[in-house]
Amino acid sequence: MAGKPVLHYFNGRGRMESIRWLFAAAGVEFEEKFVETPEDFEKLKNDGLLLFQQVPMVEMDGMKLVQSRAILNYIATKYNLYGKDVKERLLIDMYTEGMADLYEMFIQLTVTPPDQIDAKIALIKDRTKNRYLPAFEKVLKSHGQDYLVGNKLSKADILLTELLYTVEEFDASLLASFPLLQALKTRISNLPNVKKFLQPGGQRKPPTTAKMMEEARKLVKP
Amino acid sequence: MASKPKLYYFCGRGRMESIRWLLAAAGVEFEEEFLETREQYEKLQEDGRLLFGQVPLVEIDGMTLTQTRAILSYLAAKYNLYGKDLKERVRIDMYVDGTLDLMLTIALAAFSAPEDREKAQASIVQKAKTRYFPAFEKILKDHGEDYLIGNKFSWADIQLLEAILMVEELDAPVLSDFPLLKAFKTRISNIPTIKKFLQPGSPRKPPPDRHYVETVRRVLQF
Repeated sequence: MAGKPVLHYFNGRGRMESIRWLFAAAGVEFEEKFVETPEDFEKLKNDGLLLFQQVPMVEMDGMKLVQSRAILNYIATKYNLYGKDVKERLLIDMYTEGMADLYEMFIQLTVTPPDQIDAKIALIKDRTKNRYLPAFEKVLKSHGQDYLVGNKLSKADILLTELLYTVEEFDASLLASFPLLQALKTRISNLPNVKKFLQPGGQRKPPTTAKMMEEARKLVKP
Repeated sequence: MASKPKLYYFCGRGRMESIRWLLAAAGVEFEEEFLETREQYEKLQEDGRLLFGQVPLVEIDGMTLTQTRAILSYLAAKYNLYGKDLKERVRIDMYVDGTLDLMLTIALAAFSAPEDREKAQASIVQKAKTRYFPAFEKILKDHGEDYLIGNKFSWADIQLLEAILMVEELDAPVLSDFPLLKAFKTRISNIPTIKKFLQPGSPRKPPPDRHYVETVRRVLQF
């Protein structure tokens, strides 16, 4: 019988967290091997396990998968979280690409120099409130269904929920004018697999601090 | 009879070039509308055609598509350039994610301050030579086939050629240590649809210059 997927990354959210969310929502148990020392990282590289010398890397189905998008798309297809046809898949991709763009701004915030942080924060707030959240609220309003695409749970709903938690941790007031998004967040959070993931002891990682980013950078460039 | 796809973007590479390559390689003729004024951009927004207020925008099959990767995946599947099964698909996704990352850093370097640009470009060439090209050289060496995946021409081959040519513009002898990539470059360049795209007068766009950067800044106001 095939073993569980093994996730190789730092002990933090970064670019692996969306993958953890998707596995969890799909009800797939996974193991984690944390990169904790420069030697851990060198070993992964020297053993030829990292296609582009980078993590995330996920071992599953006899493969060593890298590039978070490729991994997310594989998981979504395998566990039926990618819509029923090409057109639904396309919509799911359009939505999740937008989410990835906003998520990237949060990731970049932890490596922004102190003198640029205020400007970055203002930009994130603007984009969140005026570009991204309105787009997703509009999608939900347009069809009145419980899920973003095809009236069925998909990668898009799970990743949007993750993003909404990230936004909430950043500034909860940003969610105030988006009732449908708040309802989706609650609905997805109450799915049994997601609920378990979000509980203490679940594999969800705590928010990333600048210090954690600094530690992670040391592991990659000793 | 279906009308041609229509591309809305600046008259330059940016995030649209990979889409032009894919359509051209698939032998698909397309139309282009070039953004030159702020007014054109605002009209697209007001007409509600930009999901997240951004270009690229592609009209195809009766749909209004944004988000580069979503568009590329859709086109790759539509024109049978996405492998034969899920395992080939995930490998294509890994490879194109890597090459797209590399090409986007080149696109962004055009917007850096002149004093930083040389350094940015040197860093890109370094990444290509130590991270990306060795990975692809090894892939070709390991299976000894003409194409990256499944012994069949795919989106991954198109994008690797595009990336190779882009890096060569920054450093002409960059392939000197990669004999298989050299042969690959010749082979893929000679595919009739690609050969046609590489000739003068095709929709292929030149490297970004000052005029292009000024146009983008003016239209997007940043």
